Amino acid sequence: MEFYLVQALNGLASASSLFLVASGLSIIFGVTRIVNFAHGSFYMLGAYIAYTLVQALPTGAVGYWLAVLGAAVAVGLIGAAVELLLLRRIYRAPELFQLLATFGLVLVVADLVLLIWGPEDLLGPRAPGLRGSVMILGEPFPTYELFMIALGPLVLAGLWVLFHRTRWGTLVRAATEDREMVGALGVNEAWLFTSVFVLGSFLAGLGGAVQLPREAVNHTMDLHIIAEVFVVVVVGGMGSILGAFLAAVLISELNAFGILIFPEITLVLVFLIMAAVLIFRPWGLLGRPEGPPRTPAGEFEPPLRLLGRGFLYFCLAVLASAAVLPHLLPTYYIRIACEVLISALFATSLGFMMTVGGMASFGHAAYFGLGAYGAALAVTYAQVGTGLGLLAALGLGLAGAVLFGYFCVRLSGVYSAMLTLAFAQIVYAVLFQWYGITGGDNGLLGIWPSDWVSSPLAYYYLTLTVVAVSLFLLRRLAFAPFGYSLRAGRDSALRSEAIGIHVRRVRWVGFVIAGFFAAAAGGLFAFLKGSVFPDYSSIPVSVDSLVMVLLGGVQTLSGPIVGAGVYKVLEVFVNRYTEHWQLILGCVLVGLVILFPQGLLGYLVGRFGRSGEEWRGVDGAPAGGRAS
Amino acid sequence: MALLRVEGLRKAFGGVVAVDGVGFQVSRGELVALIGPNGAGKTTCFNMLNGQLRPDRGRVFLEDEEITGLSPRQVWRKGVGRTFQITATFPSMTVVENVQMPLISHHREVYRFTGRAVRLHRDEAMELLDLVGMADQAERPCGVLAYGDLKRVELAVALANRPALLLMDEPTAGMAPGERVALMGLTAEIVKSRNIAVLFTEHDMDVVFCNADRILVLNRGRLVAEGSPEAIRENTHVKEIYLGAGDGLRDLGRVCHPGGT
Ligand SMILES: Nc1ncnc2c1ncn2[C@@H]1O[C@H](COP(=O)(O)OP(=O)(O)OP(=O)(O)O)[C@@H](O)[C@H]1O
Ligand SMILES: [Mg+2]
Repeated sequence: MEFYLVQALNGLASASSLFLVASGLSIIFGVTRIVNFAHGSFYMLGAYIAYTLVQALPTGAVGYWLAVLGAAVAVGLIGAAVELLLLRRIYRAPELFQLLATFGLVLVVADLVLLIWGPEDLLGPRAPGLRGSVMILGEPFPTYELFMIALGPLVLAGLWVLFHRTRWGTLVRAATEDREMVGALGVNEAWLFTSVFVLGSFLAGLGGAVQLPREAVNHTMDLHIIAEVFVVVVVGGMGSILGAFLAAVLISELNAFGILIFPEITLVLVFLIMAAVLIFRPWGLLGRPEGPPRTPAGEFEPPLRLLGRGFLYFCLAVLASAAVLPHLLPTYYIRIACEVLISALFATSLGFMMTVGGMASFGHAAYFGLGAYGAALAVTYAQVGTGLGLLAALGLGLAGAVLFGYFCVRLSGVYSAMLTLAFAQIVYAVLFQWYGITGGDNGLLGIWPSDWVSSPLAYYYLTLTVVAVSLFLLRRLAFAPFGYSLRAGRDSALRSEAIGIHVRRVRWVGFVIAGFFAAAAGGLFAFLKGSVFPDYSSIPVSVDSLVMVLLGGVQTLSGPIVGAGVYKVLEVFVNRYTEHWQLILGCVLVGLVILFPQGLLGYLVGRFGRSGEEWRGVDGAPAGGRAS
Repeated sequence: MALLRVEGLRKAFGGVVAVDGVGFQVSRGELVALIGPNGAGKTTCFNMLNGQLRPDRGRVFLEDEEITGLSPRQVWRKGVGRTFQITATFPSMTVVENVQMPLISHHREVYRFTGRAVRLHRDEAMELLDLVGMADQAERPCGVLAYGDLKRVELAVALANRPALLLMDEPTAGMAPGERVALMGLTAEIVKSRNIAVLFTEHDMDVVFCNADRILVLNRGRLVAEGSPEAIRENTHVKEIYLGAGDGLRDLGRVCHPGGT
């Protein structure tokens, strides 16, 4: 009994930090409609800065708490800079680009943190005055944990007072309810946005700073917390602070007790709860339904055109050169060529889902990783050859996509994208934690291809064949009745349902197809590398695929292939000269979004194509939300 | 036997009772207008008829089979087509592809992974476009059409699976006056030639009084009058509603353009 109580208290203590970060994200989203991917980075910065300040300031309670507060303020200021220099320019950009820009920040911060503080875990001192423990029902319980338990509700109360008892808070609430209203109130919108962003960043920084006595500060804190925060926000309801609190408590308690029941895969429990909430309350515990996703005014895609005979010849020419290419290259480059091909398939599978289905995914690596592990597990435990291994890859990827897709297609826009990320993170955690089966972070080694494809050249041809056939199939699919139905659902769910198309089911099938081909890419990758690691499902891999798609242009079917080629070659090239690929990539992402807030292709279309002027008048009519 | 029978339909949004105890019947071969001032509850009624909204109370029958609570998909399969007040089309597809989609769905080819969608049912789609006068724009992207033309495309889309009942929410909004009467004249012809029923809402009283066989008047969610155009025109209660709303029923509903019906 005592033990369970202590466990419950532990859960509450962890909930506070999670709540601080999640509430910050939620407040920012409520007003600016931006999902700040870099919020986890702010949290990490809070911890690192607090660590440094504690060293610099005189020891003792005053110095310590000044350091904690100072770190939170510093992160708030960093938030202000980010808002003023970056976000302010992209409020009108498509959601995907906003997410991408903030992810660029994640990369930049991650690399900078490594540069400044180094890769080692840093252990901070314990908080002066709260070092001891108290006895609770005969069990010792750290005093600091009691402080943490109190912190969450205190901040919740503080935020409530702020939002209900001050003019500023009333404005923020008004803006969250109805964004158009802010302008009408004659409020200085820019100032409101900045201040909201500062508050959100401050909360994230504080959340990180108070972690100092609880865990070693390390450079994986950012992605680790952001996935949990996304779960909290999706479960609690976007924009609801109380919802964030409830969800943070729920998730933390689940983790605390899950450890006892399912020590290896606590995240499975989290997944089950999240699934249950989303089935019964798709907008989260305390959330409200969002309006239809924002499409930039005056934009619609030109109809899909089957490119003529010329394009066919072009494809054949590319294929032919791909076939002779390896004879001209040294072995090392053959392997790189394989990687480019695999990336092209991976990116195109995501592109299919985004272009044809209008569904964005921030967790496409889940299916890539499942494919890789499907192959690796089959080889390791059933000693199958490459052929069966690839089939196993497809099987596992398919199973994952069927399961996760079922939930993801129930949401739309950023909600759905956040959910895909959370699922990918769950896959990652299972691969990482289920040591007995997956080998944990040591991965599975010795996944080499069978004899018939063991030479680099033979494996290259296998890869080329699988990739070419897959790309061909995906393309055919886009023009098939199914592809058209998928696009119909994307263009107008209302009209689709009114002509008998089951939009959610069609989207589900589309999601599964995308996952299936991503798994094929993953399977090929496993045999190419001869080993698999949990990293194959990590967020950066998901974002890689997204960047490739966006580089090539979301509105074309073959764009992702080009994007993958450019991206991979660039990566190889940059990696040769510098360690800081992440930093460069991050800056490039941020720069691209600032320079071309409508996307590269949107820019090109706007500049050289028809502007869609006629359409604007129609789109400007009152939104059709009422009829839905 | 009535094609459509509605009994005691009611829908409230929070405190606002949008539709309150509405009941009526529509038979095959009838073109029936549902009119009323802005916010009277016309669209809400339509939404309950085609399954978009679940009524709080009341029942809907199609040829004596209850369809209350079915999804829009199921209602459509039973033969109820619909156009929307704010048009809902597929802007990234061409006009003819927009009409091919309901045909693909009707033939249950949505999950076909092979073959090319643009080749399916093209002739039938072109015939429908010809019917609504959009054949010459068949290859244009739907996203660039004028609003009146979008309404026409929607009509072709709604007619594609040969529905027994067509619900048209302000079908002539965004058209020039001459076009309006012509389009409703065409609709009236379709009603007779295919022996179907059309229920439509409309703010243009010319269109209503020249074309409707029967008129239902809705005010604040309640059905306040029902009858032939002549009877409605003389109904003092209806006049009050419209004069109160400044709509000028008498003036607008008097003149019929030649060739209207
Ligand atoms: N989804 C909704 N949520 C809340 N209130 C709604 C909703 N849909 C309609 N209403 C309200 O119900 C009432 C009836 O609306 P409805 O759209 O059915 O009117 P209408 O007769 O079609 O009007 P109009 O001629 O302007 O199209 C209005 O007061 C409207 O504000
Ligand atoms: Mg209406």
